[in-house]
Amino acid sequence: MTDSPPPTAPMPITPWTLFYTFASMGLQGFGGVMAWARRILVEDRGWVDNREFTELLALSQILPGPNICNLASILGYRWCGFRGAAAAVTGLLGPSGLIVLGLGALYEHFQNAPGVAGAVHGMTAVAVGLVFAAGVKLAQSQPRNLRGPILGVAALVAVAVLHWPLVWVLGVLIPLALLLEWRSGKAVQA
Amino acid sequence: MSILIQLFLQFVLISLLAFGGASATLPEMHRFLVVQHHWVDDHTFSSLYAISQAAPGPNVLFVALFGWHVAGLAGAAVTLFAMCIPAALLALMVEHYMSRYPHHRWHFVLRRALAPITIGLVFATALIVFQGAPVHLGAVLTVIATTWITLRTRFNALWLILAGALLGGLGWI
Repeated sequence: MTDSPPPTAPMPITPWTLFYTFASMGLQGFGGVMAWARRILVEDRGWVDNREFTELLALSQILPGPNICNLASILGYRWCGFRGAAAAVTGLLGPSGLIVLGLGALYEHFQNAPGVAGAVHGMTAVAVGLVFAAGVKLAQSQPRNLRGPILGVAALVAVAVLHWPLVWVLGVLIPLALLLEWRSGKAVQA
Repeated sequence: MSILIQLFLQFVLISLLAFGGASATLPEMHRFLVVQHHWVDDHTFSSLYAISQAAPGPNVLFVALFGWHVAGLAGAAVTLFAMCIPAALLALMVEHYMSRYPHHRWHFVLRRALAPITIGLVFATALIVFQGAPVHLGAVLTVIATTWITLRTRFNALWLILAGALLGGLGWI
């Protein structure tokens, strides 16, 4: 079974094509780039198939660091070594980073102009809603059990209410979560 | 210690703790930049995050705005570099030495174990950004409406951000 049609004319992959492919991905991606990454890398370019992409995504997600940067560096490295990794990450972050900084500069310059403060309040409320909805979507995808909500609420309270350093919070919660997961796996097998 | 070095060290640490993506570490950035050092105030912190959401590009770019607010262009470069490059090098090491075992069970167990913590951190991020906005009925209704629209429809997030900017600019939020 094939998940995607084979590419008709495979394009030679060079650091330069990596740079502008990841740059165009960054510039099109509003509200997250991962959906565009799949569309461009799997469907448009045919550089990886769907299964490979899903495996890469899973690996990028369990490794620390921004997922899309991990994915870009691994793919760039697979095809063109360190130069490819550097080209992919630079393309991903450079052009869209300049746009973000430009918007930030405009804000600092015009923040006292009439309407600007209100506009940013409105955007902030929408941004909160977007993050909240992302949390709800993730929670809906989880198996129904007790340890999930308990670990989640513990993380929420520790960092957002008590303002404890993340390194301590994760230092306690990750081993605890692994222990609980391992024990429940044993319970299922028994 | 120079501000740039402090930014670099802290954001390298944050990067290596970012198991649920960049947004899940926003509360830690808030603790460091707002609570501990007072380099950014609550309101600016939330505003810069909101502005980053109106721009294209990977979510992680909001860290460049924080770095830029604290220490100019050098600050932006340092935070973005620290956030992305050490983790990317770690990913390359894993790719280089472990790509022979892609179906290993540790993948699966680790992801299942980490997911609830990540979800808690994502809700923490929403709470922290909300703290920096002026809390009144319009803002609360906007959060509820955005959540509902995002979960029920396939509207692009950019249109929601622009609608928020328009309604806010008119003084309705």
